[in-house]
Amino acid sequence: MTTITERSRTTTTKAEQALRMYRQMLAIRLFEERVNDLYTRALMPGLAHLYIGEEAVAVGVCEALRKDDYITSTHRGHGHCLAKGASPDRMFAELLGKEAGYCRGKGGSMHIADPATGNLGANAIVAGSVGIATGAAFAAQRLGNGRVAVCFFGEGALGQGSLYEVMNLAQLFRLPVIYVCENNLYTEYTHFSETTAGEILNRATAFGLEATAVDGQDVRAVHEAGSRLIERARRGEGPGFLLANTYRYTGHHVGDIAREYYRPKAEEHEWKMERDPIKNLTKWLLEQKLADSAQLSAIESELTVEMDKAVEFAVAAPYPSPEEVEQDVYA
Amino acid sequence: MPEAAQREVTFAQAIREALAEEMRRDATVCIMGEDVAEAGTPFKVLSGLVEEFGKDRVLDTPISEAGFTGMAVGAAMTGLRPVVDIMFGDFITLTMDQMVNQAAKVHYMSGGRWKVPMVMRTTLGATRRSAAQHSQSLHAWFSHVPGLKVVLPSTPYDAKGLLKTAIRDENPVVFFEDKMMYKLKGPVPTEEYTIPLGVADIKREGNDITLVATSSMVQVALGASTLLEKAGISAEVIDPRTTWPLDEKTLIDSAKKTSRVIVIDEGYGRYGVTAEIASVIAEGAFYDLDAPVKRMGAMHVPIPFSPPLEDATVPTENSVFEAARALCNRN
Repeated sequence: MTTITERSRTTTTKAEQALRMYRQMLAIRLFEERVNDLYTRALMPGLAHLYIGEEAVAVGVCEALRKDDYITSTHRGHGHCLAKGASPDRMFAELLGKEAGYCRGKGGSMHIADPATGNLGANAIVAGSVGIATGAAFAAQRLGNGRVAVCFFGEGALGQGSLYEVMNLAQLFRLPVIYVCENNLYTEYTHFSETTAGEILNRATAFGLEATAVDGQDVRAVHEAGSRLIERARRGEGPGFLLANTYRYTGHHVGDIAREYYRPKAEEHEWKMERDPIKNLTKWLLEQKLADSAQLSAIESELTVEMDKAVEFAVAAPYPSPEEVEQDVYA
Repeated sequence: MPEAAQREVTFAQAIREALAEEMRRDATVCIMGEDVAEAGTPFKVLSGLVEEFGKDRVLDTPISEAGFTGMAVGAAMTGLRPVVDIMFGDFITLTMDQMVNQAAKVHYMSGGRWKVPMVMRTTLGATRRSAAQHSQSLHAWFSHVPGLKVVLPSTPYDAKGLLKTAIRDENPVVFFEDKMMYKLKGPVPTEEYTIPLGVADIKREGNDITLVATSSMVQVALGASTLLEKAGISAEVIDPRTTWPLDEKTLIDSAKKTSRVIVIDEGYGRYGVTAEIASVIAEGAFYDLDAPVKRMGAMHVPIPFSPPLEDATVPTENSVFEAARALCNRN
């Protein structure tokens, strides 16, 4: 066995952990609000798929991971990358195609990757990273480095056959991989019930995976369920499948504004008012007297400054020079 | 080329030796595919490897080409050097997302931060009476994609030296073996050697016409050149050995010397390897050519089963001989 890098975040108390998750969820929300702003002001090229509403899933799961554990992410990936430790300034720089970005501007919003935080990459092919995550778990097992891999994907990926191929492989080889299905109810512009036969969890239990469903708006519940699957996988007890039931507050992408043809406004309103992961955690923190509102406001002010600075950095950062276009095609 | 008085081994054994030597040299090299362990593949190319290296490193997988190829991509990114076995080249169609959208692009999309040092070994070639789904030569498909390297060995010596290099390469390399050539014998030294990718080999020197041939077509071109010799035509036979990187200089220099060129490849000619090489030569040697560059590939039909029909689909010694004679105005 090789030496295990100690987890960077050292959990001391439940309160500290809850506050850390609060801060991280809020960071993602504020980040995404600025993405929306940059995009609508035509400062951001390409496409932007916002994670607003789903923050508890990435944060709850990543809170249970070590820095050297692996994740793979999706086209809606900003939240996963930030929760795994990416820095907002280099994220924004990548989103704007700047050289200071994580991928030197070559990946963009849908392809953030960062070896330093174990981020194997966001992927713009739906289910495109299921093999990569499973392979990282395979390497971790063979190299005996104690790492696990978490594969985030939306429920749209349930339609791809490759997911079932790798779940079969993962269970056969008892790989330390956890498949996290974020069911935000909509596969682009179509309700998942129109594309998904049977029960989602059965698709994982059919292969013998340990499978659990969780309220994806409750970060503490996500963390608890995620931790159990992650630690189980780390002990060599095999792969897991976490179904996180969540909701995408905004459109499939920024610009998907007229949404009534596929979902009612009342539904959006209800999720935002009743089931917001940040509001609900705030309420719990206050009720439990683990934080007071001044403390939470201070966190928000701090993050606001940080995010605004990160945007400023990215906007001012230079583009890559044209000769970089042919760099890194081959290693 | 190897010195005289060497031992002769078959093409299959050369492949096996390359794998065994690299697996002894580097503990991160592993093999995965269908029936690669005790069965040693239907072609028996891998026989004996599982006995030496164990089932952890010679891994039998389910019939899930997309799944285990994807797994290899992730494993390659995180510390292993997988060699994936795709039994018939026709089955690469099932791995296209993993190779084209993932393996080929990971390094570039991540701004050079993740690497994918993997090899995909697969087969090509007709005339085995295997019909339309087990007989294609689809190497042009991968040659088309930036980020991949494509190797086409034509002798046991080349197969061994090129495969060792491919395994050590930091990029995804696709290695096509002619399934009809596995029993072909040729000299292979006992001492260690490697062959760089991107260096063509002059298999036979000549002055009147250049026959550029790949993989299965090299022996055909050499046979044709013997017939041509008897007809008073001196043919030079050049094997590019890799379609990417492509040794353009050696091809162009030979064309300039002989002034006539036929490009022979078992893939389909239409938008294929022969088209690309003919174009490279036409651009690079136009003013030295005495005839248009001629292309010879598989007929534009699905490979038929019936032997006389199948035999009509691929270039032969005689068809190349006739075409060369015509090009030299000697018929």
